[in-house]
Amino acid sequence: MKLITAVVKPFKLDEVKDALRASGVHGMTVTEVKGFGRQAGHTEVYRGTEYHTDFVPKVRFEVLSEDSEVDAVVDVIAAVARTGNIGDGKIWITNVEQVVRIRTGELGGDAL
Amino acid sequence: MDTGDTAWMLMPTGLVLFMTPGLAFFYGGMVRSKNVLAMLMQNVFAMGLLALLWGFLVFSLAFGDAGNGGIIGNLDFIFLKDVGPGPAPGSFFETLAIPFVLFCAYQMTFAIITPALITGATADRLKFKAYAVFIGVWLVVVYGPIAHWVFGGGFLAKWGALDFAGGAVVHINAGAAALALILIIGPRRHYGDEAMLPHSLPLTILGTGILWFGWTGFNAGSALAANGVAAQALMNTVMAPAAAMMGWLLVERVKHGHATTLGAASGAVAGLVAITPCAGYVGGMAPVYIGLATGVVCCLALGIKQRYKFDDSLDVIAVHLVGGLLGSLLLGFFADSAINPAVVHEGVFFGGGLRLLWNQTEASAITFAYSFLATVLIGLAINQTMGLRVTAADEEAGLDLSQHAETAYST
Repeated sequence: MKLITAVVKPFKLDEVKDALRASGVHGMTVTEVKGFGRQAGHTEVYRGTEYHTDFVPKVRFEVLSEDSEVDAVVDVIAAVARTGNIGDGKIWITNVEQVVRIRTGELGGDAL
Repeated sequence: MDTGDTAWMLMPTGLVLFMTPGLAFFYGGMVRSKNVLAMLMQNVFAMGLLALLWGFLVFSLAFGDAGNGGIIGNLDFIFLKDVGPGPAPGSFFETLAIPFVLFCAYQMTFAIITPALITGATADRLKFKAYAVFIGVWLVVVYGPIAHWVFGGGFLAKWGALDFAGGAVVHINAGAAALALILIIGPRRHYGDEAMLPHSLPLTILGTGILWFGWTGFNAGSALAANGVAAQALMNTVMAPAAAMMGWLLVERVKHGHATTLGAASGAVAGLVAITPCAGYVGGMAPVYIGLATGVVCCLALGIKQRYKFDDSLDVIAVHLVGGLLGSLLLGFFADSAINPAVVHEGVFFGGGLRLLWNQTEASAITFAYSFLATVLIGLAINQTMGLRVTAADEEAGLDLSQHAETAYST
């Protein structure tokens, strides 16, 4: 099993969610986060003083997936979240040792 | 007594009272979210404490023995003695056709907002207990006498200075006090190293709208009658801030590339400040020239605090001190006896020569000097005894939590 983590532009939240659902993903966790990569923040001006803000708002998706479905899920996210502009975000995949469904105690693939 | 005048003056009394919560939101939106309640509280608290002090003592200091040409009133009206529904006593109030208690209530609303204006400069670090003592003492020692000099027929009025609704009494006065207090209290922790961004500009815009709305009562009500001067003042109270907003935004667009929401709000308020002393004395396009000049100059005046490295947190000096000085001095150019026969010496542009401009300069300088020096003494006395500033830990935690045991927003 893998954990797919995707950090994307906030306005892509609904599009990514709908696309994942349509592709058969049953659940996901979403967090509002701040960060920067090559986009490196933005500048705001208040009463004549310019402030550089490094951290820009992003949305982080976390999706658990069977190994066989990882590539498909990543492709869905990448296709929908891409605008072609700097700051589109990143996707990374990590190994998951175990998953437990709390209500039933089911383990592994059955818990997804 | 005139029922028309009375009916009208009941309205601006409410309008000006509404300005103080408006100011609370104007300032409250500009501070960080951990200090917003403290800012709102400082303004709302002024409505409580200062209304009482006005009735107990300060109205009498400002308007007792009105017209004496002196430096202070007397104690004739202490605890609202003889301040009732009947006409105002004495020859100074001869032309006033409203109940004396209504005049007292109207002037009270000015006494509430003037000390509240100072809170923008000391935002995020002033101890609440010290604030409570400060504004009370300041109202008695600084506002009462200065209101007497100008509005109460004291020496500045006798010398021929004009101040329709409080350019000197309210704005130069509060601005000078703000400068004095920030020199004593010092900058916010991490000022200059850390961005301290406004937490809610929508609140600031809401406050701007309430201020502008209330300011129509501030200026048009200062005619103290339902007449043509009040109508002229109302129009000027729209034209000047409108032009000032354009002036401010123009400077921002040229210097920084964007016209900002905060700039539009700041420009409008600066224009309201500048037209305050002029409102019932100028007409035609004069408020537009005054407003435009104010918008440009006040926006450029934001650079003063960077240049001299003091932390005037919400720019009380650039907006109120500079705006108040500009309005008071420009009146020396634009005062027009065709608008208001009370203008004895007309402005430079209306053939009156330099006489009025000199009177305005003198009144502005005296008001600034007295307010600054008296505020330094009050500020130092409080700082030595109870301390003006919260502890470093309280400042980091935010004033909402450390001073009031509350937070504005759930996380």
